[in-house]
Amino acid sequence: MKNATVTVSEHEISTEFVTDVVTKALKAGAGDAEAVFSEGDEFETLVRLGQVEQLKEAGSRAAGLRVFQGNRTASTSTSDLSSTGIEQLVSGAMALVQVTSEDPFAGLPEPEEFGKLAGDLDLYYDDVYSLPAAERIEYARRTEAAAMAADARIQNSGGGSFDAATGRKILANSRGFVGEVRRSSCSIAAQPIAMSPDGGMQRDYWYSSQRSLGLLDSPESVGLEAARRTVRKLGARKVPTQRVPLVFAPEVASSILGAIVGAINGNAVYRSSSFLAGKLGERVGGKNLTIIDDGTTRGGFGSAPFDGEGLPTRRKAVLDQGVLTSYLLNTYTARKLGLRSTGNASRGLAGSPGISCGNFYLEPGEKTPEEILAAIPAGLYVTDLIGHGVNIVTGDYSHGASGLWIENGELAYPVEEITVAGNLKEMLHNISSIGSDLIFRSAVACPTIAIEGMTIAGE
Amino acid sequence: MQPASPDTRKFFYEHLGINEQLLEQCLSAALSAGGDYADLYFEYVTASSLMVDESLVKSASQGISAGCGLRVVSGERTGYAYTDDLSPERLLRAAHTAALIASGPSKQPVQGFRESPSAGLYTVASPGSDSETSAKLALIQRADRAARAYDARIVQVQASFADELRRILVAASDGSFATDTQPLARLNVSMIAKEGDNIARGSSGGGGRVLLDFFLTDKTPEYFATEAARQAVLQLGAVPAPAGEMPVVLGPGWPGVLLHEAVGHGLEADFNRKKTSAFAGLIGQMVASPKVTVVDNGAMPNRRGSLNVDDEGSPTQETVLIENGVLKGYMSDKLSARLMGIADTGNGRRESYQHIPMPRMTNTYMLAGEDDPGDIIRSVQRGLYAVNFGGGQVDITNGKFVFSASEAYLIEDGKITAPVKNATLIGNGPESLKYVSMVGNDLKLDEGVGTCGKAGQSVPVGVGMPTIKLDKMTVGGTGN
Repeated sequence: MKNATVTVSEHEISTEFVTDVVTKALKAGAGDAEAVFSEGDEFETLVRLGQVEQLKEAGSRAAGLRVFQGNRTASTSTSDLSSTGIEQLVSGAMALVQVTSEDPFAGLPEPEEFGKLAGDLDLYYDDVYSLPAAERIEYARRTEAAAMAADARIQNSGGGSFDAATGRKILANSRGFVGEVRRSSCSIAAQPIAMSPDGGMQRDYWYSSQRSLGLLDSPESVGLEAARRTVRKLGARKVPTQRVPLVFAPEVASSILGAIVGAINGNAVYRSSSFLAGKLGERVGGKNLTIIDDGTTRGGFGSAPFDGEGLPTRRKAVLDQGVLTSYLLNTYTARKLGLRSTGNASRGLAGSPGISCGNFYLEPGEKTPEEILAAIPAGLYVTDLIGHGVNIVTGDYSHGASGLWIENGELAYPVEEITVAGNLKEMLHNISSIGSDLIFRSAVACPTIAIEGMTIAGE
Repeated sequence: MQPASPDTRKFFYEHLGINEQLLEQCLSAALSAGGDYADLYFEYVTASSLMVDESLVKSASQGISAGCGLRVVSGERTGYAYTDDLSPERLLRAAHTAALIASGPSKQPVQGFRESPSAGLYTVASPGSDSETSAKLALIQRADRAARAYDARIVQVQASFADELRRILVAASDGSFATDTQPLARLNVSMIAKEGDNIARGSSGGGGRVLLDFFLTDKTPEYFATEAARQAVLQLGAVPAPAGEMPVVLGPGWPGVLLHEAVGHGLEADFNRKKTSAFAGLIGQMVASPKVTVVDNGAMPNRRGSLNVDDEGSPTQETVLIENGVLKGYMSDKLSARLMGIADTGNGRRESYQHIPMPRMTNTYMLAGEDDPGDIIRSVQRGLYAVNFGGGQVDITNGKFVFSASEAYLIEDGKITAPVKNATLIGNGPESLKYVSMVGNDLKLDEGVGTCGKAGQSVPVGVGMPTIKLDKMTVGGTGN
């Protein structure tokens, strides 16, 4: 393998390259095979206190292979795309497949299940790389400068950034599926640090992330919002241990939806390692809860024309007025549960397909966030959560938190160094208000929600 | 100390077409627009993983990843480019891209490389034979059997074995040159216990920069499987965790994740250079009880967080962070050392060639004290005894940190009583360790499971601690 990697030429990797890997695997004795190729480019710029601190620009590509022999499966991946590298990719997988077990549920999807949505779903815009380097730096600088100028108490900063990335992925298998998808993204962010007269420091951040440069919020608005979020934390205090209504801001409410994504993941369901396992068709939340998973939205952060196994993505309710109506499944977990794949397979370079959500959101309600807060005599508006305090098996939920105290329907003072705890089984029944403010800042999105019956642990 | 392994250098030179002249050309290109320093980080990683689930070998995978990261530093600025194509043309192009960070007359790198010696902290096996794969498989099948044999209530078992071999070569414009071959292995077992409608999970695992033998002699699959099964069955009977401030006793070993979150991150030099850490400017001040001494030590044999050289090619070492309660020093990489005028402590680490190095922890632990662990428990009227944890997180600017207890008990009248459900503990880094009133004589390091995330980069780390008592900490349960 001397100088193996230097023989790769720079021409674009084609779908034929990927189908050829599949063919090579079949020739080597695989009963079925699936190959994936992915490549990405990234540009990152970080400006701190007005000066460029980091510039990064790079690209990489790699291939992965999954083979089947009978009902046994194994996978390999490599960043060496030379003919020697691909030979090793194939021979490695064929050697490895000998050690795995016969599993009657393993295998590629049936041919009639394959498909992809038409068009590119507006996932790729070449304008993310259209700015010359100096203007990218200027975006980052303006974002940080707007935050720094917003308040005299902001004298330090973690920086302002402009990042852009593009990626391309090709998936092909021995049952005839070939698909290609391109994606782009870009973002600006600021992380100001504010200091109170007693020397206490607080940081927060804000960002705008989009698939196209033209869709980004202005650097000035992002910087201003970052500053507003930071200075409102100054002077934060602990509050006593108590039970009061909690209002989750959208940024933290979405983490509760993230926990539901984990709890309806087919892998957790077939192993009974989820509090929602076996609950299909049952009421698991309040009638006011309808949760949608939709991989088909144009330009969505969770959109794709096909899933990680070559099945078309789709739109479905996973919770319909509180009733659990769908899990998130790939082919394997669907077969284990005697169900159909929901088109939620995810595919990295190595390993068996995982499961991921599409655009996953709670359907918005009628009230504005201000109206939700106004109805609460005493409670906590949660703006930040830290830690990994969700147990999907039991539903137990316990997180470090900070936010603002609600007094007579208004935000009174900042709160920190407390925890908020409950159990997701009960929390899903105790959501008392849902805001109208659904905004997709990532694949999982949730409007402002109020939850009753949780415990604050503090002083 | 022993001479660096000539085999690693030979690997890069013979298999990947690297040579000294090419390294010098790339460094010259990197400094073509000026700058203070440039370095090249070549990496070649082979990784494999096996998983048994429902007593079937459901997954087997292996991968190869190779590439080079090129960095140019000019004052506080860093330019970075990477490529997974190691041809001279691509390497030189990446060097010119990284060079764009600087704007001045070109500089020349130091002529000739001085290779760092290796501390020989770990041994390397010849990689990847088929018999090795079956030996690994036998390990996780043993774990699966041991878990199922533990208790009839264990209904689901997953056992996995993951290992990698990372070869690195670092060459810098200051003439420093280092190579290392770093093994890393981990066996993991997780399971579900079920009794009626009551379901609980348990998990355990460990490893380090060790060979397969470690799992046959030191820590066997049965050891980890039994431990995970014990936790799962125990959790079936857990009561709600208490809520509020109370005395907390932390058991030895993995609960040292407290140190990692409460003080470790806040003492990484980059945050202090930028004065964004709650610990900035506190050197020489009391930040913990006089009973507390905390070190970071990357030079321990076979530990998960250990390295012969860090990812900038600098030797690792033991660094005292807090001595008898007084803040002594920070963990540093080359950039922070130069800008702050402090020593490079060998803490410059990165996830891969695609990432810019920064100060990171290695193995972070508290030294043993004099108290008997039993006395520590007996001293608590009403509180929490936590012995196992999931992950943690810290906001280094306001110092607030959390870590989540996965196995904990109530302490009532000096005795350990009911197991409690998962709960997050929260505290304030520069304050929490001042409440440490007792330190046990039973220092233990963790089993080798830690992975630390910072700025989107993950690296393996270790933690350790004796049994300690904190007079107060906030416990985030739901009970009374």
